[in-house]
Amino acid sequence: MRDVAIIGIGLSRWGEIWDASLRTLWTEAALAALDDAGLDHIDAITVGCMSPGLFIGQEHLGGLLADELGMAGVPATRVESACASGGVALRTAFAEVAAGLADVVLATGVEKMTDVSGDECTAALAAAADAEVEVFPGATFPALYAMMARAHMARHGTTREQLAAVAVKNHRHGSLNPHAQFRQQISVADVLASAKVAEPLNILDCSPITDGAAAVVLADLATAKRLAKGRPIVRIAGVGQASDRMALQSRRDMTTLPATTAAGERAFKMAGKAPVDIQLAEVHDCFTIAEIVVLEALGLCPAGQGGLQAESGRTALGGALPVNPSGGLKSKGHPVGATGVAQAVEIVTQLRGAAGPRQVPGARVGLTQNMGGTGASTVVHILEVAS
Amino acid sequence: MSPLNPARTAREYPARYRLEAARCDACGAVSYPARLVCPACRGRKFSPVTLSPEGQVLTWSVIHVGPSSHKHEVPYALAIVELTGGARVTCQIADVDPAAIRIGMPVRLEFRRIQEDGEAGVIAYGHKAVPA
Repeated sequence: MRDVAIIGIGLSRWGEIWDASLRTLWTEAALAALDDAGLDHIDAITVGCMSPGLFIGQEHLGGLLADELGMAGVPATRVESACASGGVALRTAFAEVAAGLADVVLATGVEKMTDVSGDECTAALAAAADAEVEVFPGATFPALYAMMARAHMARHGTTREQLAAVAVKNHRHGSLNPHAQFRQQISVADVLASAKVAEPLNILDCSPITDGAAAVVLADLATAKRLAKGRPIVRIAGVGQASDRMALQSRRDMTTLPATTAAGERAFKMAGKAPVDIQLAEVHDCFTIAEIVVLEALGLCPAGQGGLQAESGRTALGGALPVNPSGGLKSKGHPVGATGVAQAVEIVTQLRGAAGPRQVPGARVGLTQNMGGTGASTVVHILEVAS
Repeated sequence: MSPLNPARTAREYPARYRLEAARCDACGAVSYPARLVCPACRGRKFSPVTLSPEGQVLTWSVIHVGPSSHKHEVPYALAIVELTGGARVTCQIADVDPAAIRIGMPVRLEFRRIQEDGEAGVIAYGHKAVPA
């Protein structure tokens, strides 16, 4: 396999962007990434998007978006793994470059979620759960994660306040990120007093509905060195993906995420690294409990101690292992198909030392973890500054 | 794309109406609903088995923001229930004060109406748990 680097990054506007369509948001991000890389050509495009069919009645995004970018002719493919679609689009692009099928690939993610009503949005997102086993009797995504939280609280003594501490931390981080959708700071009391969604989770435990897109340009290391412009070259050192039983009820221990553990082990092995080497991480905090369970699953904290991480300050900016310095899904926003790519955009920004007030000092190795459903798909990337 | 299309609803009748499941001939794991490959051992031969309606709550939530199909029921309790014999179901807990629900609470599955597709469409039945 060839070494692969990320040589360009870009984000569209994120939020409730009523004046922009999916194709406009995607093209904003794609152009930003190409301009950042200093390139006007690419060999292929991958697009992570969960459900354009349900959100805007549009499938076949590969062809549509290559055309929008004026790149009709290149291979362009949409990949889907629910909320992990973006991370899987990145991995797919990595594989193309690593295998030598292409030298330069544009890996992207996008979701346009606010063209439908709240009910239609809930139904579209619920399609990432098991339709017959979970959705039919009335499950929602918040309820599935709430049941994970309830089990974690019973098993490990995790507290309601520890869940809230994750949201508080990520909003504090997001307040430093001009791209974040919700930049206001919140308190534990705010989270506890916010509207109930699915007990024990409240609305401030949940990531928001977001329109947005993200893009990165991948290239083989030789091309990356030629285009470096004096910037640090960020290499994709490790990649891991795994699946798990689909329905939460099928997971023997509902306080764990076996696919995240497996994806992490594969990525660590490829990178020749261990959890102790990770200096910062962007993880899939679709709900507060998710960040807690993910840190345990990746070995970034001991099993059962995920609840202590945000509460103690360890995972805050300034702590030993900053997690979600971008604000995470909770504050930065969660356009589902874009999230996995946007996580890589944040880590590259940090490894370039260009993150401004939210910069993790001296960061050289970072990790992204992106998952779909209640963890039936997970993809992990480990990025590092190439020496 | 109604989830209550008649054919789609009808083919779930054995599992949803009668709690019919499949026990793997090779390893004994019970799959509910029945499937073609055992997720525990990849066995492909099964024998039919009917689930016990008795079980206990493994974890639960009370849903305050529901999908349109269940909006009229909020707040309602949803649980993962482990039945005697080990099979698990995701279902609502009915006829209960949500404040009384506990992990380990004994429950029994009862045949109930789950969803309906307007006034003229399919009425879909299945099981809800009630305190045992």
